[in-house]
Amino acid sequence: MMQPGLYHILFISAALFFIGVYGFLTRRNLITMLMSIELILNSVNLNFIAFNKYLWPGKLDGLFFTLFIIAIAAAEAAVAIAIIINLYRSHQSIDVENAEDLKY
Amino acid sequence: MNGSEIIFYLLAALTLTCGLLSVSTRQIFRAAIYLLFSLIGIAGIYFWLQYEFIAAVQIVVYVGGIVVLIIFSIFLTQQAGEKLPKQKPGRKIFSALAVFCGFALTMVQVYQHEFDFDKALVSPTMSNIGQNMLSTKEGGYALPFEVISMLLLAAMIGCIVIALRSKPETK
Repeated sequence: MMQPGLYHILFISAALFFIGVYGFLTRRNLITMLMSIELILNSVNLNFIAFNKYLWPGKLDGLFFTLFIIAIAAAEAAVAIAIIINLYRSHQSIDVENAEDLKY
Repeated sequence: MNGSEIIFYLLAALTLTCGLLSVSTRQIFRAAIYLLFSLIGIAGIYFWLQYEFIAAVQIVVYVGGIVVLIIFSIFLTQQAGEKLPKQKPGRKIFSALAVFCGFALTMVQVYQHEFDFDKALVSPTMSNIGQNMLSTKEGGYALPFEVISMLLLAAMIGCIVIALRSKPETK
């Protein structure tokens, strides 16, 4: 068996990304869709860190991109949950099939 | 197989199985808990890569912040013990097919590509990170740091405005 390296981490992050995409396509509940998005963002972070460690170890750009993505993800989750709670108050449901008022 | 490899494969298995369970379980609270363990597994991989600062940030922000927020919103919006409705099998099959094709394509591309590895495996020190983050010279990240702080402030105010309970007479 190979020493774990860049290819292994890329495998994990690609698998995690597509797990998130699968969840995003199949789920119809807004909170679980938000959880899938968190998985996707985490796989991207893992990619940035792996490339930073194995290809450009002298620089820190990947690390900073990861930090900023984490900060933006926190802001995004907070805003999304505020919207979800407001939607629940007006529709009594957080299913995307019931939240189609904007279409008309 | 030495200890480091075993730890890596355990962390990878934890991350992937918990991620998979998180998107496939029909109880939303369990999905949140599986997401929690998946994020902890990723933090473990950061520790394994010796990026301790990012691992700490991951645990503080994701595990301590976002997952707790998600659990709170589940309590606010979901009836206890209620399962999510079953999905149509057609949608599941097509999603799985699309995801599998995308994954296979990505992995073929990754394994065909030759990366030019840098053998000097140094990990960043804390003082390195701090000096780079707040330097205004080339390669410094002072401007994005300030922009992020403004963004977080705007997001906070936006959340308060959106989630504020409107007055009963406006109904």
